[in-house]
Amino acid sequence: MAGSTLASASVSPPEGVYRAKPVSLAQDIWRRFKRHRLALLGALILLVIVLGVAVGPWLWNVPINEIDFNARLKPPSWRHPFGTDDLGQDLLSRMLHGGRISIAVGLAAMLIAVVVGTIVGAIAGMSRGLVDTVLMWLTDLFLSLPQLPLLLLIIYLFRDSLKKLVGAEAGVFILIVAVIGGFRWMSVARLVRAQFLSLREKEFLEAARALGASRLRQVARHILPNAMGPVIVAGTIDVANAIIAESTLSFLGLGFPPDIPTWGRVLYDAKDYLDIAPYWALFPGTLIFLTVLSINYIGDGLRDALDPRRVL
Amino acid sequence: MSFPGTYVLRRLLIALPSLLGISVVLFTVLALAPGDPFGELVSNPNIPAEVAANLRLKFGMDDPVAVRYLRWLAAMLHGDWGFSFASRIDVSDLIMQRLPTTIQVIGSSQLLALLIALPVGIYAATRPYSLFDQVAGTLTFIGFSLPTFFTGLLLILVFSIELDWLPFVYRSDIAASGWRFYWEHVKQAIMPVAVLGLFQAASWTRYVRSAALDVIKLDYVTTARSKGLRERTVILKHVVRNALIPVVTLVALQLPSIFGGAIVTEQIFRVPGIGSLLISAILANDTPVIMAVTFVLSCLVIAFNLAADILYGWLDPRISLR
Repeated sequence: MAGSTLASASVSPPEGVYRAKPVSLAQDIWRRFKRHRLALLGALILLVIVLGVAVGPWLWNVPINEIDFNARLKPPSWRHPFGTDDLGQDLLSRMLHGGRISIAVGLAAMLIAVVVGTIVGAIAGMSRGLVDTVLMWLTDLFLSLPQLPLLLLIIYLFRDSLKKLVGAEAGVFILIVAVIGGFRWMSVARLVRAQFLSLREKEFLEAARALGASRLRQVARHILPNAMGPVIVAGTIDVANAIIAESTLSFLGLGFPPDIPTWGRVLYDAKDYLDIAPYWALFPGTLIFLTVLSINYIGDGLRDALDPRRVL
Repeated sequence: MSFPGTYVLRRLLIALPSLLGISVVLFTVLALAPGDPFGELVSNPNIPAEVAANLRLKFGMDDPVAVRYLRWLAAMLHGDWGFSFASRIDVSDLIMQRLPTTIQVIGSSQLLALLIALPVGIYAATRPYSLFDQVAGTLTFIGFSLPTFFTGLLLILVFSIELDWLPFVYRSDIAASGWRFYWEHVKQAIMPVAVLGLFQAASWTRYVRSAALDVIKLDYVTTARSKGLRERTVILKHVVRNALIPVVTLVALQLPSIFGGAIVTEQIFRVPGIGSLLISAILANDTPVIMAVTFVLSCLVIAFNLAADILYGWLDPRISLR
């Protein structure tokens, strides 16, 4: 009966030998993430901003469209901590409401980009030959499209009909999220494909194949979880990019309408009053900057934390 | 020396399908758009009904899609881009008036970006994790997290409004001559070029640093050092040359986003370039101009990608052998 000895699974460690507590994957990632001081600071700042825009409108319930011509262009004061705009509307309240939309656009566009990118990358990575070539050609084509002009073109062409279909607010939201997400999936697709190409040759996958795992099971159970690290990092940074893209569109006057005060839109309204009311532009600009900077640092920290080969 | 001919030809043949692909994307967007892009003509009371009908006939709006696509593509390639509704001149003239300004602004900002990114990135790579590297790293993070529209407004706030050093409206009709003319030109270009250039410099510095770090670890660099070459010579003659190769591709790949930044910058400083033309055309529902500008920008991207590919083959002879 040689060779049938049990593996040492049931052997208990001898008395007195120190045994480390088991560490879950999430705990390990958190331990590594904590080492990146600036990423931690970024996470903290982002948490404050997200909590602020989520809870803020209940605590500071000044209506965003209350016009008060006696309080036009007032600098920050106790009544209006962020000052007022040219119609006397309270800027703090507009910032809080606008932040919800800006961040929601960022998250939704990121989800679209990650889902589309993962699907394209997975199909390209699993199939060899023509399908892979065509999908990668399409990815490269999308990468070399001038994004902002096309975004502007699509929004210009489709804005009015979507507004009629689902209402002004939802229509613009859907359109902006769809086009920003639709132009951001390429980097995710490339990352996923590269991961698939290397993972599908690994031994653990060969073992799964030998055990008769179906193709779908191989992908869903074995490859995708292992390929997710870089995708999470890319997705994080995509949130920042989508927020910038939305703000850019609104700043050019082609994003959300004036009654939906996203940060970019407030900046667009403020830019003609730069000489008399600089605070009006500084608040939304700083908020966009802080949010994007925090998200970028979080992405940097996650990159370190999610790479198991990296010794930290 | 068989490399230039065949290699360039092959690259050209690869670029052609991309150009066709982009034109298909553009045309699909236009064809899928609800309503009639030329509906503006019909609803415009200044244009008689028969003129509108003639235009529909001229643009062949009622033909099958494939025919319309081919005709549209042929017209685009001939430079027959139609007539601007808003400015009442040919679109091609309009674009030719605006394009040089944009290329000047983009070109000088890229130059500025390279002048910052190359030395900073390489110096940081020779001293990784030093104080200089950390400060540069933090600044690059801040640099590419600051959106161009906000940097532009900040510069205007500081240099035009507070200090009153620089004009914040770009003028093409400067009433001066000789040196003064050039000086005024330079002065009004400083802020737009700085906004675009600093943003690009921030992201390129990271690329240059990581590319140089990869090369510095290689054996041939150690060999060069052990030959007794001075560190300066090793870095400048041996490391930089090879570190530049991946950077060339990245510069070309970033071009679409550079155009995006240029549109924003032109809009802020009212630079009369192709980007502000696009925005004003969109606000005025001027469809032929919008289509033509998007098409021109796409062509420029493809052209620069092609140039980068060719440059890449020249910098790295291993590539052209494949």
